Amino acid sequence: MKGSDGVKGYDVAVIGGGPAGLAAAIESKKHGAGSICVIERDRELGGILQQCIHNGFGLHIFKEDLTGPEYAERFIDELKELEITCKLDTMVLELSADRHMDIINTYDGFMRIKAEAIILAMGCRERTRGAINIPGTRPAGVFTAGTAQRFINMEGCLVGRKIVMLGTGDIGLIMARRLTLEGAEVKVVLARRGYPGGLMRNVAQCLYDYNIPLLLHHTVVKIMGKERVTGVLIARTDEERKPIPGTEELYDCDTLLLSVGLIPENELSREAGVKLDPVTGGPVVDESMGTSIRGIFACGNVVHVHDLVDYVTDESRRAGRSAAKFVQKSLKEEGLLIKTKPGDGIRYIVPNLIRVDNLDDTLELFMRVSEIYRNARLMVKADDVVIRKVKKMQMAPGEMERIRLDSKILKDREVSVLSVKVEKEGT
Amino acid sequence: MRSESESKAKEIICIICPVGCRIIVKRDKNSSSGYSVSGNECKKGEAYGIEELTNPTRVLTTTVKIEGALYNRLPVRTDGAIPKDKIFACMKVINRIEVKAPVKVGKVIIENILDTGIHLIASRSMLRSMLRSMLRSIKAS
Repeated sequence: MKGSDGVKGYDVAVIGGGPAGLAAAIESKKHGAGSICVIERDRELGGILQQCIHNGFGLHIFKEDLTGPEYAERFIDELKELEITCKLDTMVLELSADRHMDIINTYDGFMRIKAEAIILAMGCRERTRGAINIPGTRPAGVFTAGTAQRFINMEGCLVGRKIVMLGTGDIGLIMARRLTLEGAEVKVVLARRGYPGGLMRNVAQCLYDYNIPLLLHHTVVKIMGKERVTGVLIARTDEERKPIPGTEELYDCDTLLLSVGLIPENELSREAGVKLDPVTGGPVVDESMGTSIRGIFACGNVVHVHDLVDYVTDESRRAGRSAAKFVQKSLKEEGLLIKTKPGDGIRYIVPNLIRVDNLDDTLELFMRVSEIYRNARLMVKADDVVIRKVKKMQMAPGEMERIRLDSKILKDREVSVLSVKVEKEGT
Repeated sequence: MRSESESKAKEIICIICPVGCRIIVKRDKNSSSGYSVSGNECKKGEAYGIEELTNPTRVLTTTVKIEGALYNRLPVRTDGAIPKDKIFACMKVINRIEVKAPVKVGKVIIENILDTGIHLIASRSMLRSMLRSMLRSIKAS
């Protein structure tokens, strides 16, 4: 419906049509939001799932082993059945704190829209060569793993023949296998730390299965080549991930792929004045996935980078429900507010704030540890009282930890800080 | 390389789910399966451990050429796990295939690939793209 000011209004507008945006929009609709609009800058919905053609998605939500496109299609079909509006090929130029948005595409032109609630679901971006400052020349043949993935899996272009991979994120590991299957030679995969960044199952089924060498404590110190990459110089790294002089070794290759981390994409959030967490790079959020601005919610990789799409879906459904509640004025905005605090060994906790009155029966805390721990415990404290201890055989920064708490524990007492720390065995 | 019957214990990483248990599989005459598995957090890990030593299999995911769709490649997968040592042979067969849009998810692209009893199926739907087919006909003429 168009308002008197010529601005089109929606109950809920969702920025991003990837797994987070799809799940949030569907859940909002199911919980009573009337008009919903999903805004997607790509030519189709599904986001990065469409290029993740490998299997391993949906084990938790669908109890099935799906590929990325299959996972996306289920949500896209549901979105269509619910008759949710979506605008493809559309860029959001600006988002303001009063929930107006300027958007542009080739069929509507420039448009200003207004929504009662906005859900940020922009996902994340890959770190590039510039983000990690690799010295050397600037030839063609340096790609991020995700870009190579899109080229190969959707456009049908092989990015190179002799590949060196820097970084061991999950996409990098999966691309090492994919390139090998398509006839390229992956000469080596380098991890700057003493352990791989991605999931161990991906190290096993992508590298070990194809005898691809993995060098821990190594990095690229120079890129060579004029028109095209002709080789890279690699070196051992010390405990601080700095290259050790004298350990350089030349690798002959035509392509360098980078899988060196993901950053939540928050240009729009920042401009709107949404408060960001310096550790995650994403918005500070509460139990309902509400941000620091009233009526603006966030979910998925724009908040913090997840390992599993199923966790993104869970989180986004929560954001979708909350946005629907907000529109129907049933989301509590007052009452006891608990802060979460990462203790020793924990890098961050999501959510950052918990409004007790909005909690369902359980509260889920997501966190990442700062280093590898074996046989350790996660200890949850409500102020000074230990309320939960979880034994863990192994924890790694590449694997997100989840703790489920019974909300009653928090409702029964006036807690002000909820903290989690790692406790090593025997201490 | 020693054969699996000679080696005493093999440590493998379970790939069934993201937990990635480190499981140890040993020959065990007293067990009904002939093996004992430890380190797995669930039942599936036990089955995986034994299978990985006796008959390792994987689901293969790749793409085939598609004509007249929004993209040049259609993602495909095997509808079950195939023997690990047939992966590259399957890739050869798959890379010779070209399909035409539209395709519906789940459509069988290759039946009983290399006599494995497993089908290769489309892992997404792809509509016919008018723009793509027009461009193609211009190029061809």
